[in-house]
Amino acid sequence: MATFHAYVHVPFCRVRCGYCDFNTYTATELNGYPQTAFLSHLRTEIALSLEQVGRRELKTVFFGGGTPTLLPASELVEALSVLVDSFGLAAGAEITTEANPDTVDEKYLRELRQGGFNRISFGMQSAVPEVLATLERTHDPDSVARNVFLAKNQGFKTSVDLIYGAPGETMDQWKLSVEVALAMEPDHISAYALIVEPGTKLARQISAGEKPLPDEDLQADKYEWLESRLEREGFHWYELSNWSKIAEGNSGHNMAYWRGQDWWGFGPGANSHVAGRRWSNVKHPSNYAQLLVDGSIPSVDIELLTETQQLEERAMLGLRLREGLDLDVVKKLNPQCARPVSEMVAEQLIDGRAALQGRVVLTLRGRLLADLVLRKILGL
Amino acid sequence: MSPRAKNRLEPAKTNPEFIRNFCIIAHIDHGKSTLADRMLQLTGIVDDRSMRAQYLDRMDIERERGITIKSQAVRMPWELEGQTYALNMIDTPGHVDFTYEVSRSLAACEGAVLLVDAAQGIEAQTLANLYLAMENDLEIIPVLNKIDLPAAQPEKYAEELANLIGGDPEDCLRVSGKTGIGVDALLDKIIRTVPNPIGDPNAPARAMIFDSVYDSYRGVVTYVRMIDGHLAPRERIQMMSTRAVHEALEIGVSSPEPEVTKGLGVGEVGYLITGVKDVRQSKVGDTVTTVANPAKEALKGYSEPLPMVFSGIYPIDGSDYPNLRDALDKLKLSDAALVYEPETSVALGFGFRCGFLGLLHLEIVTERLEREFGLDLIATAPSVVYEVTMDDGREITVTNPSEFPTGKVKKVLEPMVRATILAPKDYVGVIMELCQGRRGTMIDMQYLGEDRVQLRYTLPLAEIVFDFFDHLKSKTQGYGSLDYEEVGLAEGDLVKVDILLQGDQVDAFSAIVHRDKAYAYGVLMTGKLRELIPRQQFEVPIQAAVGARIIARESIRAMRKDVLAKCYGGDISRKRKLLEKQKEGKKRMKMVGRVEVPQEAFIAALSNGDEKKADKKIR
Ligand SMILES: Nc1nc2c(ncn2[C@@H]2O[C@H](COP(=O)(O)OP(=O)(O)OP(=O)(O)O)[C@@H](O)[C@H]2O)c(=O)[nH]1
Ligand SMILES: C[S@@+](CC[C@H](N)C(=O)[O-])C[C@H]1O[C@@H](n2cnc3c(N)ncnc32)[C@H](O)[C@@H]1O
Ligand code: SF4
Ligand SMILES: [Mg+2]
Repeated sequence: MATFHAYVHVPFCRVRCGYCDFNTYTATELNGYPQTAFLSHLRTEIALSLEQVGRRELKTVFFGGGTPTLLPASELVEALSVLVDSFGLAAGAEITTEANPDTVDEKYLRELRQGGFNRISFGMQSAVPEVLATLERTHDPDSVARNVFLAKNQGFKTSVDLIYGAPGETMDQWKLSVEVALAMEPDHISAYALIVEPGTKLARQISAGEKPLPDEDLQADKYEWLESRLEREGFHWYELSNWSKIAEGNSGHNMAYWRGQDWWGFGPGANSHVAGRRWSNVKHPSNYAQLLVDGSIPSVDIELLTETQQLEERAMLGLRLREGLDLDVVKKLNPQCARPVSEMVAEQLIDGRAALQGRVVLTLRGRLLADLVLRKILGL
Repeated sequence: MSPRAKNRLEPAKTNPEFIRNFCIIAHIDHGKSTLADRMLQLTGIVDDRSMRAQYLDRMDIERERGITIKSQAVRMPWELEGQTYALNMIDTPGHVDFTYEVSRSLAACEGAVLLVDAAQGIEAQTLANLYLAMENDLEIIPVLNKIDLPAAQPEKYAEELANLIGGDPEDCLRVSGKTGIGVDALLDKIIRTVPNPIGDPNAPARAMIFDSVYDSYRGVVTYVRMIDGHLAPRERIQMMSTRAVHEALEIGVSSPEPEVTKGLGVGEVGYLITGVKDVRQSKVGDTVTTVANPAKEALKGYSEPLPMVFSGIYPIDGSDYPNLRDALDKLKLSDAALVYEPETSVALGFGFRCGFLGLLHLEIVTERLEREFGLDLIATAPSVVYEVTMDDGREITVTNPSEFPTGKVKKVLEPMVRATILAPKDYVGVIMELCQGRRGTMIDMQYLGEDRVQLRYTLPLAEIVFDFFDHLKSKTQGYGSLDYEEVGLAEGDLVKVDILLQGDQVDAFSAIVHRDKAYAYGVLMTGKLRELIPRQQFEVPIQAAVGARIIARESIRAMRKDVLAKCYGGDISRKRKLLEKQKEGKKRMKMVGRVEVPQEAFIAALSNGDEKKADKKIR
């Protein structure tokens, strides 16, 4: 039986960063939806979800965004306790919130910690002012170290998010950001290659020639350098973009996604996966609220996954993990996979020994070409 | 002013004395279709409410491009001095690629309205079409159009026209197709000067097929001009060249909508529907007679136009191949100039090598195939026909550059044209420069008025079919006009340039070019492909070669990153959709050796530098 997890999407941001296409809204974009009403709508959705799935112990809870820490700490704590009261909490459950670096302080963190949160992930992105400016990040870079320090002191597990490959970012600037992050001694690091999402301000700036397109070769260099640097510091990759010191330092919540467990995503635009069914909530908070007030689950795009789709997802997600992908899954999707698998081994895109033991595990080069490897072994 | 005819003459019973058959000929855009609009309105067969500009340009392609591609015949009533007449007017295309449409129309007429834009003057196609009309012994009515334009110089051009065809400048009518001024006088003049058709009403029926189109509702519609005798519905008719017998299910005239009639008599222009679905059974240029009383001798047909430009046309989705064959068969019926035969390409799969009259014709055929038959197509770089003689005496005709022989070549003959270029005298220098750069030799140069010059050049066809006209237009600020005709073959110092991807030849990109231009072509194509082909997991060399000699090279560096590394949280569906999109994309990939090349790259590379057009096709 799959384990059960909760994600809470808090769709508010003070300003929108130029590169970001997440479902989040600034005060003016809310069209009059009051942030103060958010908690009550969450309560309604939680009650509805309980009717649907019944009481199932939560293994992890994750508050993401947007900027969850724009809500008062008391509201996050309250939302958590409603979840816990409704579903129950497994022993040693991981309770995370994302935090924008300058939205929290010592008091805020203490309130969260006392309210049951035990992990916090900071959106650091970069330590270099020019790069932060390109990304249109508004936080003071120094606040990250301060808050990671405070969080660790209070007993949080900590993580920082980094972005590499912003337009104009040099290799040296990237190295500096990584060194600064390491100096904070977080338990976990996520590093994402900047993706220019269609429709974002960044995409417009690039197509207007105001900013250069990120150079993929340089991104690859940055990734390779990062891998060797983190390895030296005792961090191990467990997913393409995620590293931690010890297996217990992995993000249990994200692992649940990647292993295809069950979770309910609460809040506008949140995605859920329960018992082979995927759906997402309507995106705008006002519409979300309206549906809840009418007594319906605010979901759209409900998909009942076919067996093939489920296998494809397992392949897609499993390949990105250090533990790799069971070759049996590949065989079911592509009975003729022997040849491409052996080619991928020969080209050192996947690990030969692991393949002999029935698993597809990416090499360092393979991690950078993961989508290609997936297409090849699935014969697409 | 002549009154609008109150009663129309009934088709099938019209006395040929009261019939006038004429066409409107002109240089492209001089306003033929617009003048036709005014005639439709003035004669009352199209009411003001239904009128729209260039009414007879019915195909979507014609409307979008604002040009006429197919001739259209229309029967109109008109009254002069108390007598009602039936006028058959044929609006013709002006573009040089469609000259054959004009020549077919001419054969159905006794007169031609030679229209000249009073702001532009005589242009190359004015001369070309005038020549055709005189060859057909037609009565020419010179008319200056667009006199409403402030820039119009009717006096000046009337003078030039009179010099050209004889007569008094004052005989040259002045009209505006836009405002309608002078159009009634023109109709009167047509009745006065165009001879009426002459034929033997009691002879066995002979009707000349001058057009034939496939209509998905009505089947094959055959347009004819009656020469002798009479045709009636329900009669059994025979095509004289094939001996095929059909029943005339419907006979009518276009006015401009189809109107069923009791038949067609001497001198009349109309259509036949026989219910045949097979496109080859109703050939343009054939003579129709009746089974009951067959004619002995067929009318002199048209010489079928020879294709000048060849290109391979392939369905993007290989399974569309049979549909493409079907579509070509149907199009062929209304487009006698189109020829095709099956061909296979390593890079593009199964398709057809098609022959066209010119580049516009190619463009229009591919667009019609895509639009009217819902196909997605890719066309290889256009090529002309080469006659290759080998050292061992073998002779090979090459319409596809990749079939250019590899052994010892003794000589290569290429088609030549005589080009006539008209432009204001200030541009003589740039035109000469352009023609010399295209391996042209000047025949002569002549002043047509005080500032208009006619230059004649012999040029290799291959040098003008692609972008010559665009260059001419831009170098002469739009004032230069071009006409050309084939004048046989000449020897050229030609070589084949191949393009290799990782050592494998991409047949679709081979080209036959003059030795001096091989390097430029090689650099251009390798450069284009380097931009267009996505990086692969290994390095891909791109080379251009003449025989075994590499003349240009580029390389695509190995791809190092192909992974989406971003935090999507639980949005797995989005990830899966990306994968599904990649799966779709993969279908549009063609393998050249180990190299995956997207269709789009082929299309863009083949699109002759016209990025905008390529873009449109990609989407
Ligand atoms: N001002 C003015 N414009 C005209 C007149 N007649 C035609 N035009 C314009 O000239 C352009 C070409 O007109 P068409 O009637 O399509 O010319 P065409 O000779 O049929 O062109 P093709 O069939 O492509 O050879 C259009 O933009 C017309 O609106 C006129 O008498 N006066
Ligand atoms: C869901 S976001 C929100 C976190 C938080 N609001 C913040 O920005 O700090 C989580 C992470 O995704 C990453 N991310 C967002 N947009 C991205 C993009 N276009 N390309 C790569 N990474 C991106 C950032 O590193 C960000 O910290
Ligand atoms: S703060 Fe985070 S969620 Fe908000 S706009 Fe920026 S990146 Fe997106
Ligand atoms: Mg026209």
